[in-house]
Amino acid sequence: MTPLLQAEGLTRRYRDVTALDDVSLRLGAGERVAVVGESGSGKSTLARLLLALDTPDAGTVALDGRPVRPGSARSLRWFRRRVQTVPQDPGRSFNPRMRVGQAVAEPLACLRVHGDHTARVAELLVAVGLEPDAATRWPHEFSGGQRQRLAIARALAPRPDVLLADEPVSALDVVVRLQVVELLAQVSAAEGLALLVVSHDLGVVQHLCDRVLVLEAGRVVEQGPVPQVFGAPAHPVTAGLLDAVPTLEAVAP
Amino acid sequence: MLRVHDLSVALPGRRLVDGISFEVDAGERVGVVGSSGAGKSQLVGALLGLTPAGLRVTGSVRVEGTEVVGAGPATWRPLRGRVTALVAQDPGTALDPLSRVGRQVALPLRAQGVPFGQARERAAALLAEVGLAGTDRRFPSQLSGGQRQRVAIALALAGAPRLLVADEPTSALDPTVQAGVLDLLDRVTGPDRAALLLVTHDLAVATRLCTRLLVLAGGRLVADGPVAEVLTDPLLADVVAASRALAVTR
Repeated sequence: MTPLLQAEGLTRRYRDVTALDDVSLRLGAGERVAVVGESGSGKSTLARLLLALDTPDAGTVALDGRPVRPGSARSLRWFRRRVQTVPQDPGRSFNPRMRVGQAVAEPLACLRVHGDHTARVAELLVAVGLEPDAATRWPHEFSGGQRQRLAIARALAPRPDVLLADEPVSALDVVVRLQVVELLAQVSAAEGLALLVVSHDLGVVQHLCDRVLVLEAGRVVEQGPVPQVFGAPAHPVTAGLLDAVPTLEAVAP
Repeated sequence: MLRVHDLSVALPGRRLVDGISFEVDAGERVGVVGSSGAGKSQLVGALLGLTPAGLRVTGSVRVEGTEVVGAGPATWRPLRGRVTALVAQDPGTALDPLSRVGRQVALPLRAQGVPFGQARERAAALLAEVGLAGTDRRFPSQLSGGQRQRVAIALALAGAPRLLVADEPTSALDPTVQAGVLDLLDRVTGPDRAALLLVTHDLAVATRLCTRLLVLAGGRLVADGPVAEVLTDPLLADVVAASRALAVTR
């Protein structure tokens, strides 16, 4: 079976630093995969390459077997319709002078998606747990968690097959974080959407993903199903990441 | 050493912090938890005389007996850095990008009248204490986020303060780096050292260091007690449940 999104041997150097070194990744339809690692391990470099926002020094990215490389907006339209992203900081990812409805409809306009955009926006707002009349309001009228719901609605607008989320909940407090994680799980299941989650929050990864890749210094040092990798980490970096997570266990439930 | 009585911070028509009273003993480590918008950062601002113009602070905050609500620079000068010190959330913006870190850590000492050479030596020793020996000639841009947060802690410790206030000191850091910074805070605060007021939305971080928790909601203090007691308070049930749901199980 051809994977939906496939990266082979991705390498990216910045002057004398190799940020990413021969990384391969396959994401099947509806699959939920996490990329974890410490700061500077290459997580965001990988995300940028997979989104065709940057050109690798070596290696390829393909969607359904069709090569993907950075280019004009027009040449990437087919790709952007199928692969969307949820950014990290919901405070900065909306134009403060654009009403929410227009912001959520923007990918539909930019990507020349046919159909009734207003109706699609209303449907999306309801799907992410907001009122349809949110469309007429401004981004600043929403809390961080609500804005992240809006960012998810915007990403879902062109009915993508893959959602790439780079630290989608790290700016949110824990109650809202759980709600947004559950929303991502729910939309992924409902739409058969593949998720690629880049995160240093292993709790979120465990809650949301089936498979995990551990990056260190630009290389994949371990990968496998989440229960296996977290249950019996084979690489010291993975064990270190797991040991570093503070827990509430010390306190009786 | 810190006595807060009926403290409020208000915008015209709206209270962001609403009638909060509590005390912190010398060497005590207290966590301040609450969701976004609960008033945590406004509380910190009011305690340290950093409330932005336009907000009104009322009530009383006594730092080692000195009333600081409405206090001017003359009152704060002997307190800031020597009695109270702040470790801010974002190590990227807390440091001067154009100044070598050794010089920055020496600055509060110079301001206290410590001679240049001695201040430089003390700064190098402080950087060594936070695990950054030999970095005093570096600029902040040459350090990682975790290293910059260690510099910010060294800077806060320079005046040997009696109360360290840390506002989300690790929320910008990844887990392994976070663990290192929490270990460092553990080492430099506690009985016979500085008291710690740790503001965080992460209960696991608060319980890692603190013996007592204050819970803020809607600007009010809704719980105050030993960690184990507060965690079983129904007011925190949703936060504890979400924390456990998102905890890593192995």
